[in-house]
Amino acid sequence: MTGAVKGRKDWGGFFLYLFLTLFGLLMLAPLVYMVSTAFKPTSELFLFPPRFFVNNPTLINFRDLLLITGTTSVPFSRFIFNSLLVSSCIVLFGILVSAMAAYPLAKHNMPFRSAIFNMVVLAIMFSPMVVQIPQYLLISKIGLINTYWAMILPYLAAPVGMFLMTQFLRQIPDALLEAARIDGASEWKVFWVVVMPMLKPAIATFALFSFISAWNDPYPAMVYTTDQDMKSLPLAIQTISGGYGVVARVGTLAAASLLMIVPTIIVFIVTQRLVLQTMAHSGLKE
Amino acid sequence: MKMNTDTAATAVVLPAAERLQKQGKLSLLWQEMKRNRVSYLFLAPFLILFTLFTIVPVVTSVVLSFTYYNILEAPKFIGLSNYRLLFVDDDIFLKAIGVTLKFAFITGPVGYIMAFLLAWLISQIPQKYRFFYTLCYYTPSITSATAMSVVWLYLFAGDRKGLLNYFAAKLGVIDEPYLFLQNINSIVPVIIIVSLWMSMGVGFLAFLAGLQNVPKDLYEAGEIDGIKYRWQQLIYITVPSVKPQLLFGAVLQVVSSLTIFDVSVQLVGLPSPLYAGHTILTHLFDYAFIKFEMGYAAAIAVVLFGMMIGLNRLIFKWLGRD
Repeated sequence: MTGAVKGRKDWGGFFLYLFLTLFGLLMLAPLVYMVSTAFKPTSELFLFPPRFFVNNPTLINFRDLLLITGTTSVPFSRFIFNSLLVSSCIVLFGILVSAMAAYPLAKHNMPFRSAIFNMVVLAIMFSPMVVQIPQYLLISKIGLINTYWAMILPYLAAPVGMFLMTQFLRQIPDALLEAARIDGASEWKVFWVVVMPMLKPAIATFALFSFISAWNDPYPAMVYTTDQDMKSLPLAIQTISGGYGVVARVGTLAAASLLMIVPTIIVFIVTQRLVLQTMAHSGLKE
Repeated sequence: MKMNTDTAATAVVLPAAERLQKQGKLSLLWQEMKRNRVSYLFLAPFLILFTLFTIVPVVTSVVLSFTYYNILEAPKFIGLSNYRLLFVDDDIFLKAIGVTLKFAFITGPVGYIMAFLLAWLISQIPQKYRFFYTLCYYTPSITSATAMSVVWLYLFAGDRKGLLNYFAAKLGVIDEPYLFLQNINSIVPVIIIVSLWMSMGVGFLAFLAGLQNVPKDLYEAGEIDGIKYRWQQLIYITVPSVKPQLLFGAVLQVVSSLTIFDVSVQLVGLPSPLYAGHTILTHLFDYAFIKFEMGYAAAIAVVLFGMMIGLNRLIFKWLGRD
């Protein structure tokens, strides 16, 4: 490390790595266990004494996953499709809505600018879950129950993502915008040609956070849908497990869980460099 | 004397002038807004959705909390009855507040400090190794509570096949299996452990990013000023430099530690044994979407909303000062 303090540095470094590695492995252990369970054949699932790693890996659990749900009216692939559709709509439209709002908030000087921004910061301070009742009433009043809209619309105006975009955009120099304006570009064109490309790190961050929360949240499908074929992946997994506290079909469940976690990890690995770049501007000030 | 008439005259003229000036200000504001209409057009989609799904619901919640509303009939105004019922007669709600606070006061600070210290330790190692460790610590937070329940139910299972019970029995700590998920003494600790495991989230990334961008010359200056140990660097240079990120992380931490829901429902169910894992949010869900008493549930939501905003205001006061 640059600027590190001299003396006893080697031992310090050794313990630092030792601690970080041990603790990191401890954090990963539950995930490793889940992965290994997903590949366990039935003979190894209920072994006593319990075994952490898999001995004879098999894909049988993944096949069962398709078969079990194949016997009910809705195939498992339908849940995957629902989750993918809803999550990607939330990510794509969310990015557009937030980026469009972040641009004037960061770079224009109109009345009520700081009032609007403060409102967004205030919205970060409470969880959207406290407004779920009126949201539900609204969705059911306008007849959106059992539609994809019900699972998408309430999540498009995300305060945290919008805050990060605005903060990120603020530190980008105005010179480029001015240059485009002098060339006669309309604000709309400035937005698409200059602002959006520069926002790339913030967009990646927004995509990561909103994808994770949309993908993992069982709540919208639980409340806004009654049809089986509108349910999402997290809800389907709950159904497979047979409700809380039941340890049935462990292998299948682990396979389904693995399928559910893999996309979020991939999205993080793809976006991580840009995310850290953006989060440097995440600071709040009184 | 002349002075007096002067002031009297201005006193008479002033209201009219003020009105004129006010009108002028309003029309000026209007003109200014019209001139900036493009900006508002950009903001429109966000503002419409935000108003529809956040602002209006907050107001509606407050209004509904003063009514009896079961969805089938129109809401009936009943004054403060819901709140009286909540705080005086509803023992389960008081229990839920207790569980939530116990949970929040442990997971909140512990998770926060753990996230900061780990981010700091990671920032001490060379760039090329950082990603691996970041992935180790961040990944748990992006897993879903639902998906991970398969692991926790096995780890904490109440028979001798449960991993924890197996090892405890092998070491001779216990004679018979301990019912981690049914025993009311272990339910909250189990939820806390699982939540801590998942707590290195957005705040952790904010810390990590903030720490990477602390100007290097600050450390050099510190060395000249006689800073000898790493912990001194941490307290006198690093922490003040990443204060804005610390505040952002604290706000997110308050919100997430008060909204414990998924983990509790997945591990111990709704309702949990003797309501030992019952939180404010599970209570809200119970009344809103199982019993359909929307007015009462709205009152619960308003209380939770007040707690979050209140705690965050406090945090701003503590951390926001320079």
